[in-house]
Amino acid sequence: MILTEESVRKIKEKLQQYPQPKSVILPALTVAYRQVGYVDADIYREISHIINIPTVEVAEAATFYTMFAKKPRGKYLIQVCHNISCALLGADSLIGYIEEKLGIKIGETTEDNLFTLVTVECLGSCATAPMMQINQDYYEKLTKEKVDQILEDLRSKA
Amino acid sequence: MFYSPVRTNAAEVAQSNRLHLFRYVEDPEQVKVEKFEEHGGYVAWKKVLAEMEPSQVIEEVKNSGLRGRGGAGFPTGLKWSFVPKDSPKPRYLCCNADESEPGTCKDRVLMERDPHAIIEGMAIASYAIGCHQMFIYIRGEFAHCADCMEKAMKEAYEHGHLGKNIHGSGFDLDMIVHTGGGAYICGEETSLLNSIEGERGMSRIRPPFPAIEGLYSCPTIVNNVESLASVPHIINHGAGWYKSLGTEKSCGSKIFSLSGHVKQPGNYEVELGFSLKKLIYDKDYGGGILGDKKLKGVIPGGSSTPFLTPDMIDIKLDYESLVEGGSMLGSGAVIVFHEDTCIVWVIKRLIRFYRHESCGKCTPCREGTAWLEELINRIEAGRGKPGDVEKVEEICGNILGHTVCPLGDAAVMPILSTLKLWRDEWQYHIDHGKCMVKTDFEFK
Repeated sequence: MILTEESVRKIKEKLQQYPQPKSVILPALTVAYRQVGYVDADIYREISHIINIPTVEVAEAATFYTMFAKKPRGKYLIQVCHNISCALLGADSLIGYIEEKLGIKIGETTEDNLFTLVTVECLGSCATAPMMQINQDYYEKLTKEKVDQILEDLRSKA
Repeated sequence: MFYSPVRTNAAEVAQSNRLHLFRYVEDPEQVKVEKFEEHGGYVAWKKVLAEMEPSQVIEEVKNSGLRGRGGAGFPTGLKWSFVPKDSPKPRYLCCNADESEPGTCKDRVLMERDPHAIIEGMAIASYAIGCHQMFIYIRGEFAHCADCMEKAMKEAYEHGHLGKNIHGSGFDLDMIVHTGGGAYICGEETSLLNSIEGERGMSRIRPPFPAIEGLYSCPTIVNNVESLASVPHIINHGAGWYKSLGTEKSCGSKIFSLSGHVKQPGNYEVELGFSLKKLIYDKDYGGGILGDKKLKGVIPGGSSTPFLTPDMIDIKLDYESLVEGGSMLGSGAVIVFHEDTCIVWVIKRLIRFYRHESCGKCTPCREGTAWLEELINRIEAGRGKPGDVEKVEEICGNILGHTVCPLGDAAVMPILSTLKLWRDEWQYHIDHGKCMVKTDFEFK
């Protein structure tokens, strides 16, 4: 089993709330994603057993939604918005700055497996651009100074 | 102090007896049910339960002139009235909190700072349509918003505003906070319903409309966060009061998300009919263009709406005026860009987004957005060929109006507007293999 007892309990709790079990697919994927950091065929199978629906239905949904990473990433997933409002305030140069700082390109993970850098579309933080999301947290109105501080804090926490 | 450092005009709203949505959003205690109640929260909900018939609630909201704040602007009360009165099936209410239209960041403020206002609006709407199980569908990336809503929901249950026999009325109502998985398309109501059902978020053919056959094939109403948050104010102050705000056909107030090249980006609640120019330039709102540069263009209602040039911004922000001015109010996301912005560069960003977010159901949208992206990337990179601009136009024409949901139209309407307004710039790219203006935005 990949999913912990705690995760299974959370998914079963959702089953009690929803009118139909299939609706629990997305909540279950969210629980799994938060625990594991990605979802894959083994996880689809475990979820399908818990909510008692065919595995293919879990896979079908999971592969549609881009937020659920399909393979392991670094401990911290840095997602920089490069849509219009952020781009107007320098998202491209922000991405370049992080690439240089971490010595990786978009889509890559640092050698110590700490940081993965990806670009994402609008995250609804347009009036506080430029911004990035690291794992669940938003970091807004970014400046070079702030980015330095954020990465340093995460590194010392790891 | 707050999770998001976004600027709001809460101070102005607090002084006004007309603006209302943002009154308490700078009060960090407002997220707590006690403070919300102290500020007059859940009074409308109790009044509805004790004194009003569901049909009266629908009538009141109809008379208020409230229209959907998510983008389409459909009259909210009218939508509610489409739910069949005699259907033996359960009915559902879904609050659409999938805020993902580029430029839009308003619902997030309400969820993070005034979550009970949304719950109260949802509860009243549920009562009006006879629903006992309501959902809020929050985009997956908004983990913090989901936490805020979960916490507020728990408090609402504890204080007897949700659950069984609410305030002794005999009315039962449960709530589920549902989070998505990162798909713009799920903001479209039928895709949202598929997504709650555990399906891929692909749109459904209408009719049947969700009000007749929605979630689990039962009558369902989908309303935007801001629309629902407006409802308690209508109940408290009356339809007549709400109708007196804004313009004759665009009643009430609306939150505008101002972003891009302005000095003071933020979320501003103003009455509908407010001047776009004032929103951008006034010291209490946008404060003018960044670096005092010259304005080049404005997207007035989110990235899916046609662009405006500086000579077009002396316009009222309401549903009718913007249509008359060649665009749309949309979700109220005003994106501003100054003279150093290449228009092809802007469109390159947008088409990448729509290609990425197309669900793939309809061929014109799936194939068309991919073609457009390839072609526009080529033009932007300086490898455009004579006839490419016409090709872009032709592909846009083959998408427009040929898809099940509005995503296809949303992808091409801004492109077509730039082909009209800045055609010389597109042509310059083809002829000279480079941008007419240098676009290079540094973050500091």
